[in-house]
Amino acid sequence: MLTSIKTNEFAGSESKKLAMMYFRVAIILFGAQLLMGLIAAIQFLVPGFLFELFDFSVARMVHINALVVWMLYAMIGSVYYMLPDETGIETVGIGIGKLAFWVFTAAITVVVLVYIFVQVGAGTEATIWFINEGREYIEAPRWADIGIVVVVLIFYWNVFATFMKGTQTGIMTVMVANLMALAGLYLTGMFFTDNISMDQFWWWWVIHLWVEATWEVFVGTLAAYALIKIIGAKREIVEMWLWIEVLMLFGSGVLGLGHHYFWIGTPEYWWEIGALFSALEPVPLVAMFVHVLYDWGKEQGETHAKDSTAHAINNGPAMAWIVTNAFGNFLGAGIWGFFHTLPQVNIYTHGTQFTAAHGHLAFFGAYATILIGMMYMGIQGAYGVERLKATFKSKMAIFMIVFGVLGMGVALTISGYEQVLVERAELGGGWNAFFTAQELPWYIQGMVWRAIMGVVTFVGFVYLVWDLLTIGKLSKAAEA
Amino acid sequence: MAKENLSVWTSIPFWRRSAAWVTGFAVILLIWLTFDTMGQISMGTDEDLKNGVDKRVPAATVINYNIDYQMSKKRGHEVPVIGKKEPFFGKEWSGEEAAALLHLGKLTSQAKNCMNCHTLLGNGAYYAPDLTKAWIDPMWKDGGPMQGMTGKSTKEEAMAEFLMNPSQYPTHARMMPNLGITADEAKGLVAFLKHMSSIDTNGFPRNFSKTVEQFKAGGTNAH
Repeated sequence: MLTSIKTNEFAGSESKKLAMMYFRVAIILFGAQLLMGLIAAIQFLVPGFLFELFDFSVARMVHINALVVWMLYAMIGSVYYMLPDETGIETVGIGIGKLAFWVFTAAITVVVLVYIFVQVGAGTEATIWFINEGREYIEAPRWADIGIVVVVLIFYWNVFATFMKGTQTGIMTVMVANLMALAGLYLTGMFFTDNISMDQFWWWWVIHLWVEATWEVFVGTLAAYALIKIIGAKREIVEMWLWIEVLMLFGSGVLGLGHHYFWIGTPEYWWEIGALFSALEPVPLVAMFVHVLYDWGKEQGETHAKDSTAHAINNGPAMAWIVTNAFGNFLGAGIWGFFHTLPQVNIYTHGTQFTAAHGHLAFFGAYATILIGMMYMGIQGAYGVERLKATFKSKMAIFMIVFGVLGMGVALTISGYEQVLVERAELGGGWNAFFTAQELPWYIQGMVWRAIMGVVTFVGFVYLVWDLLTIGKLSKAAEA
Repeated sequence: MAKENLSVWTSIPFWRRSAAWVTGFAVILLIWLTFDTMGQISMGTDEDLKNGVDKRVPAATVINYNIDYQMSKKRGHEVPVIGKKEPFFGKEWSGEEAAALLHLGKLTSQAKNCMNCHTLLGNGAYYAPDLTKAWIDPMWKDGGPMQGMTGKSTKEEAMAEFLMNPSQYPTHARMMPNLGITADEAKGLVAFLKHMSSIDTNGFPRNFSKTVEQFKAGGTNAH
């Protein structure tokens, strides 16, 4: 993509250029996430690997933080990309938008360097402010929290002001409302308390209400935009579906928060509320899958009627990733989530590799896929390619990444199953129970396969980067 | 849309309005439940402990009491049982001292990034044992292996010694790294763990005491 820095002109759209800047950082952080995952996967098998040098806790922290941050980058990039198309005007504050990008990127670099080289601090407020906050997923120290809030405010102002000035489509209405909730929720994770139950209660407001509510609606919005752009879906149908998705996603996801409140000290009534609403969470994900396939079939049928050799799709790799998203979201978030969402099951599965299996499949299926699809749309726009066709590398990338992540998910599920039955059901938890399960041959076998599938995923990632770097130029040359 | 819709089911305004109402209703219900939960999980007081009032999250001074985890017939799962007073690091801690110690422990648990190997209340990473009820884990009990290994005669001292020099006391190939935990921080962490074990977690982890029984019977037979 380095060459695309020079070549992308976007017919004068500064907003789309800014989007590409976000995409580039996102893909680098995605690579960092995978490398850290590989280190952590090896440590499960070879405990002495980098011991007291680069411990599991560090690798794992950078693994999940790189995940969250690359997704946020790709999300911001996607919004800057679609903004001129949806509103019909150029984004109003490009200068400050670019400044925010550089501030954000510099801050992230400092945070990661501190994670890697300082790692831990003394038990003081200073550590929370400057090294790490030690709260899974939102470890970023307080100074960075404040920086993130400022950057997000600038971003949000840009989106809101452009929306108010330009055409107000249904897609952008959902986007603007949803982004406000998404940004506001971050604030609920920015305080310290001695009460661990209170701590986790609000921590879940950020984590759950992001990934099981606002991020899902965000994905619905992206899919709506992408379907219009890629297959020429009818806006009226897409926007109607989008509102139905919002209804179902928020209708189930907001109170579905209760499934995190079964065992953290919170009252029993969360059992019923969490079980009921989180059990409904897969429903919109099925709907989203059906919707994507329905629109695809409909548009292809109409195109076919006009010209029997034409394709409705003008961006093959992007569409492939978006269909993967529609199914992956349902499979990883929906099915794997439902597996262990009822308290009757969750009392045994809570905090085991089962959760890790769900985490891998859900983050990938629901978010990584569609954000990669948006990157391919960015490439198509950057080079002004009319019809972006999948190359061998695009196909290898999607095949190996999907196969790799699915393999990791299945391997972790098998290990998780062993762990749940032996550590939790048979032995009832505790130090001895934990290590007994960790040493079971079938558990270890699962962890070996997870590491192998991690390597497969990484090779797929190399193909992905290679493809993103070359596909635009090749397609442009082929069209000319 | 200028055209009149044939059916309400294909009307965008209908779905937009429905989405707004459903979301609004869910959010209001969540906020209401949040207020109720806040009341129920705010930390109790020393008076509650003295008067035997069960709080879901007891005061920091719970470190002055014996904590057990027993099956409750009424609730159908285990619940923390706060028993008689017992010394903690050889003394009884005043309200202020206990609160300060818990504060140090909670801060240290975050500063040392415990949650990216262990789980706390079941949340975190899955590389090391869950710490929810670590305080009552049979590994640490009187006459148990960790007291023997660290050469300490109380649970809290054994835990603190282990936390300061974890890789000196390996039990498995997978070890806890040395995180530079000071003596004071270690005490704080033990207080934090003891306090966490007193939280009413609706029976999670289930059958925790089963490990104890197996331990008494001479280890597990899972292999």
